Amino acid sequence: MTAQTPVAPADRELIEHIEERAQFARLETVRLISIAKTGHYASGFSCAEILATLYYGVMRLRRGEPDWPDRDRFLFGKGHAAATLYPLLADWDFFDAAELDEYTRLGNAFGDHPDMTRIPGIDFSSGSLGHALSAGTGMAMGGRLQGRSYTTFVLLGDGELHEGQVWEAALGAAHHRLGRLVAIVDRNDHSLDGRIDGVTGIEPLLEKWRAFGWQTHEVDGHDVSALLPLLRSLAQDTGRDRPAVVVANTVKGKGISYMESEFGWHLGWLAERDEANALAELRGTR
Amino acid sequence: MSVAPGLQPESWHLLSLLEQAPGLQALGDTLADLADEGHPVVVGTADLKYSNGLVRFQDRHPDKYLQFGISEQHMVSTAAGLATTGLRPYVATFASFMALLACEQIRTDVAYTRQPVRLIGHHAGITLGFYGTSHHATEDLAITRSIAGLTVVAPADTAALAAVLRASVDLPGPVYFRIGRGRDPDVYPAGTTLQIGKAVEHGTGSDLTLIATGSMVHPALQAAAALTADGYDVGVLDMHTVKPLDEEAVLTAARRSRLLMTVEEHNVLGGLGGAVAELISEHGVPVRLHRHGIRDHYSLIGPPTHLYGHYRLDAPGVEAEARDLLRAPGR
Repeated sequence: MTAQTPVAPADRELIEHIEERAQFARLETVRLISIAKTGHYASGFSCAEILATLYYGVMRLRRGEPDWPDRDRFLFGKGHAAATLYPLLADWDFFDAAELDEYTRLGNAFGDHPDMTRIPGIDFSSGSLGHALSAGTGMAMGGRLQGRSYTTFVLLGDGELHEGQVWEAALGAAHHRLGRLVAIVDRNDHSLDGRIDGVTGIEPLLEKWRAFGWQTHEVDGHDVSALLPLLRSLAQDTGRDRPAVVVANTVKGKGISYMESEFGWHLGWLAERDEANALAELRGTR
Repeated sequence: MSVAPGLQPESWHLLSLLEQAPGLQALGDTLADLADEGHPVVVGTADLKYSNGLVRFQDRHPDKYLQFGISEQHMVSTAAGLATTGLRPYVATFASFMALLACEQIRTDVAYTRQPVRLIGHHAGITLGFYGTSHHATEDLAITRSIAGLTVVAPADTAALAAVLRASVDLPGPVYFRIGRGRDPDVYPAGTTLQIGKAVEHGTGSDLTLIATGSMVHPALQAAAALTADGYDVGVLDMHTVKPLDEEAVLTAARRSRLLMTVEEHNVLGGLGGAVAELISEHGVPVRLHRHGIRDHYSLIGPPTHLYGHYRLDAPGVEAEARDLLRAPGR
């Protein structure tokens, strides 16, 4: 089932802001990868609107207070897309955005995968796929045990669903009726070796989650006007007695024409002129 | 050649990554050669065929290639099942996921059952640089070395990788191959042969023997050359087989040299340094051993070459570490 909360007129401005921030996250992703000379363009581009919607329209956060105990939590299962998240955390004043100028350089905290021990605002480290939903289960349990009302969001890659631990967590979170846990699957249909259905098929996905005891939703993962009311309603539905999953249909490489049609851009690097053209395409000036 | 129409030739993506990694090309090619020669080889990967070069095996033997998706534990246990049917499975993933994520499957399903599974842990050590701790493997030698019945091999370069793959093809038990990112400089000429369990001696030294494994053999040789030019008597042992350790080679070096220094892209605990320390102390050889590697912490992140410099794991670094040892062995 898909929540159909109408978008209030006041939200129109917010939606435009979120869309602008999603594009900002893509632009920053290109910039950071140009520093590292290696990075995950396409994986970040597929979830830019999801991240921006969470951080600018849904999650309960306090500016400059990354450790506020009642904040909503975010775990990035597909941590290889961290370069798309870091700029949003800087926007929340969790750290000085200038630190990103040294992205991946020797001794810098900001690497290809997020490190909670060194980066304020990263609620949990990731990089080895399949762990985040379990860690998120722990955060949701911890919140309930301590009487806190925060929501824990876990963003998973669709390839990540190959990992058996995801399904152990799915069983466990449903068993414990963790209503404050929300998983989002970035269904961009690709993993590193190609199309998911050619690597190891995962469909029918909604039926699988439903059979595991989760409330299921499906949404266009690039449509902020659909993402915002859905994710908000899940965060605000304090009466839910089971975890919820949102399967967000996305396009890997969204925003750069040639990346949308070639899965090889999972990992890569654009030389200087190509980078400039990519930035222009994202800005709509090319 | 550009990876997309109109792009600069310098721009690259996943599918062109292998062009920069001859060592990983050799992995797929050698396994395909072994299949051509009639060995019952099957090859599996967990959604990393472009990263580890096994797409080259798939191209030549699509019927012997298995895609497991991002399911490393499943891949290792499946390989054990395949091996019981007479096949010789070679399965590969990043060393961190092979040796750490699938550790229990390796111990219980592969080694304890004595199945001839070949486990390939690539991008070992800190080769994945700024990918971070999740992708570093500085514990894999210690883990695999403590699993009974498992042979542990870390070849120094492309030719050595091909050599140990060939040398181990008929070994009855399981093998863990620890390799890097396929960009190690050449130590050996193509066609080199190596014997599992037999170290390669690159000169002998009364002052110091560097005992190196895998990616550290090349910098150790360069360091030894520089020290020799300065009048020190320095030898190098390429300990490509970490288990079973070539005990005779280590003990000979320990009795001949005033100092030993192990060099490994690994925690100094439990790996090559641990193996050598155990051996010489059990034999009561009065030699000072210095274990050089990552000193029991999580590596910083950064570009791999910068990390090697920082941790003194490149040629100048190994040389500096050795000079410190030669000057003040008791430090």
